[in-house]
Amino acid sequence: MLQRSPFVPIFLGDCPPSRYLSGVTVEPRLADQNAAVALPEPFLRWFGEKGWSPRAHQIELLAKAQAGQSVLLIAPTGAGKTLAGFLPSLTELAVRPKRKPGAARRGIHTLYISPLKALAVDIERNLGKPVEEIGLPVTIETRTGDTPSHKRQRQKLAPPDILLTTPEQLALLIAAGDAKRFFEDLRYVVLDELHSLVTSKRGHLLALGLARLRSFVPGLQTIGLSATVAEPDELRRWLVSQNPPRGVASSEMAELIVVTGGAKPDISILDSEERVPWAGHSARYATPEIYREIKRHKTTLLFVNTRSQAELLFQELWRVNEDTLPIALHHGSLDVAQRRRVEKAMGENALRAIVATSTLDLGIDWGDVDLVVHVGAPKGASRLAQRIGRANHRMDEPSKAILIPANRFEVLECRAALDANYLGAQDTPPLVNGGLDVLAQHVLGCACGAPFRADDLYEEVRAAAPYAGLDRPTFDRVVDFVATGGYALKNYERYARIRLNKDGFWRVSNPRVAQQYRLNVGTIIEVPALNVRYVKAGSKGSASRGGSVLGKIEEAFLETLTHGDTFMFAGKVLRFEGIRENECFVSNAPGSDAKVPYYGGGKFPLSTYLAEQVRIMLDDPQRWKKLPEQVADWLRFQSDKSMLPRRDDLLIETFPRGNRHYLVAYPFEGRLAHQTLGMLLTRRLDRAGARPLGFVATDYALAIWSLGDMGAMFKARKPSLGALFDQDMLGDDLEAWLADSWLLKRTFRNCALISGLIEKRHPGQEKSGRQVTVSTDLIYDVLRSHEPDHILLQATRADAATGLLDVSRLADMLSRIQGRIMHKALEQISPLAVPIMLEIGKMPVNGEADETLLMDAATLVEEAMGPGMVDE
Amino acid sequence: MNFSLARASLIAEADLVGIAGERAVCDPRGVLYFPEFKLLAVSDLHLEKGSSLARRGALIPPYDTGATLLRLQAVIADYQPSVVISLGDSFHDGGGAERMHQSFRERLDALIAGRQWFWVAGNHDPEAPADLPGETVRELAIGSLLFRHEPSKVRVEGEISGHLHPCARIVQQGRSVRRRCFAGDGGRMIMPAFGAYTGSLNVLDRAYAGLFRLETLMAYMLGAQRVFPISGSMLRPG
Repeated sequence: MLQRSPFVPIFLGDCPPSRYLSGVTVEPRLADQNAAVALPEPFLRWFGEKGWSPRAHQIELLAKAQAGQSVLLIAPTGAGKTLAGFLPSLTELAVRPKRKPGAARRGIHTLYISPLKALAVDIERNLGKPVEEIGLPVTIETRTGDTPSHKRQRQKLAPPDILLTTPEQLALLIAAGDAKRFFEDLRYVVLDELHSLVTSKRGHLLALGLARLRSFVPGLQTIGLSATVAEPDELRRWLVSQNPPRGVASSEMAELIVVTGGAKPDISILDSEERVPWAGHSARYATPEIYREIKRHKTTLLFVNTRSQAELLFQELWRVNEDTLPIALHHGSLDVAQRRRVEKAMGENALRAIVATSTLDLGIDWGDVDLVVHVGAPKGASRLAQRIGRANHRMDEPSKAILIPANRFEVLECRAALDANYLGAQDTPPLVNGGLDVLAQHVLGCACGAPFRADDLYEEVRAAAPYAGLDRPTFDRVVDFVATGGYALKNYERYARIRLNKDGFWRVSNPRVAQQYRLNVGTIIEVPALNVRYVKAGSKGSASRGGSVLGKIEEAFLETLTHGDTFMFAGKVLRFEGIRENECFVSNAPGSDAKVPYYGGGKFPLSTYLAEQVRIMLDDPQRWKKLPEQVADWLRFQSDKSMLPRRDDLLIETFPRGNRHYLVAYPFEGRLAHQTLGMLLTRRLDRAGARPLGFVATDYALAIWSLGDMGAMFKARKPSLGALFDQDMLGDDLEAWLADSWLLKRTFRNCALISGLIEKRHPGQEKSGRQVTVSTDLIYDVLRSHEPDHILLQATRADAATGLLDVSRLADMLSRIQGRIMHKALEQISPLAVPIMLEIGKMPVNGEADETLLMDAATLVEEAMGPGMVDE
Repeated sequence: MNFSLARASLIAEADLVGIAGERAVCDPRGVLYFPEFKLLAVSDLHLEKGSSLARRGALIPPYDTGATLLRLQAVIADYQPSVVISLGDSFHDGGGAERMHQSFRERLDALIAGRQWFWVAGNHDPEAPADLPGETVRELAIGSLLFRHEPSKVRVEGEISGHLHPCARIVQQGRSVRRRCFAGDGGRMIMPAFGAYTGSLNVLDRAYAGLFRLETLMAYMLGAQRVFPISGSMLRPG
């Protein structure tokens, strides 16, 4: 089948209904009975014509919605989630009386919000067909960043019944002067892929938008569609008002429908004939075996964790692709046109394999994928389950997946994830409190829409789950920030963006403010990146500018390249020719070896749950039997030469090597938390006189090296390991380090952009990333030294604690290991320490060695020219 | 020369940089000090840049003037110069001096008191700062040196200027480091911007074309405790 009918993959499929229902917990007959009650006649006829019957959960959701409730539907891919989400709207619209001639135009009935533009477009296609076949008088349209302005204007005057859009577009609609009228007929909001929306600042903005819609239309119902999550109640609260106005009946949580089931996936770990490497992330060793699997299957989806891994794997596969199978590459940095081509070919089943990053994580429908290969460790059990769900959209057939660990620790992690998937464990991250920077953006948006009273808006904002616990003083500080910057030095009253009038309402002080707001709406901050454009070799881009654009690469990576360096991108080996304005010029490189590009995005930290599973496995030699022999051997060696980390303990090894002393710790808390821990421990060791030189962090371990003998110091309890790892490091030491940390500066930049302190875009011009970076760093320095408790610094610290620094996780770990530190003073490196020792020198040590690098460079000059030359 | 103890400890013979035969300290805080003339030069203070941007809707923290003056106070306290030259763009715009908070105004007055103070006119502040003490000049010649805001296209030996906000970038061990810098070729020198909110422009940018003798170009990159002299051949654009 080439063009699949729109509902086939997500809804019914082409097999008999009885087989379908086998995976659902509700009895088929019950579903049929309900169907008779709830479904209008045209729907029943349509089902009858197709020889299908609705699924139990679809009917159950419809019944709950008709009873006036909001609903969260948790179901695996292929369960017909999308139709379920729209059934309440469609059935209601089907029986709606015709509009009398001359009556006022009806407003939007249903708002559908998805995290991806492409998903909205996909749904428009998939929903259009049955609507047409059933003969429903329903109009469906999308509204995204790509929608032309004439269509947007028309939508304002003549809105469709169902509008498919994104969180950013909702924010824009709310900030318009006619928002209240525009949404007055709204009945339902359908939120797709809710599990992925709620974890980010986009989710915070969306929650605030929903709260606003609810105050326009108090009876509004929400329908959330989600993959399986660890804490469904968090999402259920998210879907309904957490602060309903007096007199409005409302439950604390949305109703929950869970569709379990589907067949158990068939997952295996590649038991390679090759040696599994100690370290590294390429999984290059397994390429021939992966290729063999691609040949054996119809269509293989290969997931990797980073874009550079994707590039590398793609190259490796084509190196062995003797049969020239159609193998494609898909990641977020590639040019959009290129991505669309790949997606189209995929939909037409024209590809045999596709190498992809998280851009393909979300629920867009693909062709007949019959194998998912996960290269590298999955980092989270839920993530793995969702990715494997990509294969085979029929619930009752098992999805097939193979995990390819790239190194030995990843073998352990894959094994743990695999066991978790069989057990159905979930480790989606807990939801965090709403960002104050996002709130600031929303407050300004509200003012752009209509004047507001602080008391009212405060109550409204607390209806949004992420802001349910927001206290009034903090809210007032945010409003103050939006108005005049919120500085203790009240200098900017006359430049206020919003003003409090005598009538108690806040109003935008001039129309320019609203114009600027609209240009800068949203919470997605792009890393500064340059277009990559083809030119002739050696042309430096000065002459020809006609070459095609391959995609975008982060500026930070390009800055480390010199003319003639080679790197991999868009599945090609390219030669760096130079940078001109906003473009990076490249030519085809003659050889096939390249410096691999480093990309900022795309590295997930190891989930807490999976980390614990790995520790449990290490502690239980019985479970090693399931591991490949070479890995089990490795653990046995470790047991002989040192010891294995126990489940609840922290193992610390110290040993000399070369003329240095090493400390290796195995907390298994993820790279971000380890990096923070490394920074803090280095400071403490320095104070204790150990003369630390540097450190390196992976998802599993942390290594610090020094001139002083740390092993001897710990033995003499100067300092003791207990004191070294004491929780108090999260106090002053953390503060002192954070002060100058580039991590915090980067976080501040995001907060400054989202909160509207700095504009992403100004009418008529787009600031380049660099200009913004420079100025936010300077602003950060000035603000920190003059008003350290400013609301934006508060927002920055809160962000950093859960984000780049993962302080909360580190805090949990430090409290867990108190009194449980095991120290092994060794004569030489242990088997378990080899992987992290191999990382030394491969990774930049940290972001604060700039002075050392400058010193090196200056010394080179002195050596080359002699000191006299420098001075004269 | 008769240094006070404080100053003597700041100046090591090796830290002196030659410009057209005169010798100066490139201080890592971004000022030039000529011991011979007891002269301190500072460029592009851009005072009141914060409030200037706030007028246009970007409400960035109003502490830049205070921060800049505090740093200026510190270097003046260290060197105790008899002459201070503010090398143009002292205020971010013509109204800056008037907008300045009274307390900052008083702090500035105290710095100026008791020494010779020159305001060199810049492109942001071509007029004399409103009723501030000190002399306003277009340019100033001292010894073999010529102080002016914008570097001249026609080469003048001994010219000390600002305006371009130079910074330099190097790549070491795959890492990129960018810092503000003094840029000089032995004959002329362009000073880094001193103001708290001032951005910077790479010395290899087209805006510097023709200004330096490339074979002797040095960037004195500002570190936390010292300046790092880096030869032009090691510098990277961008």
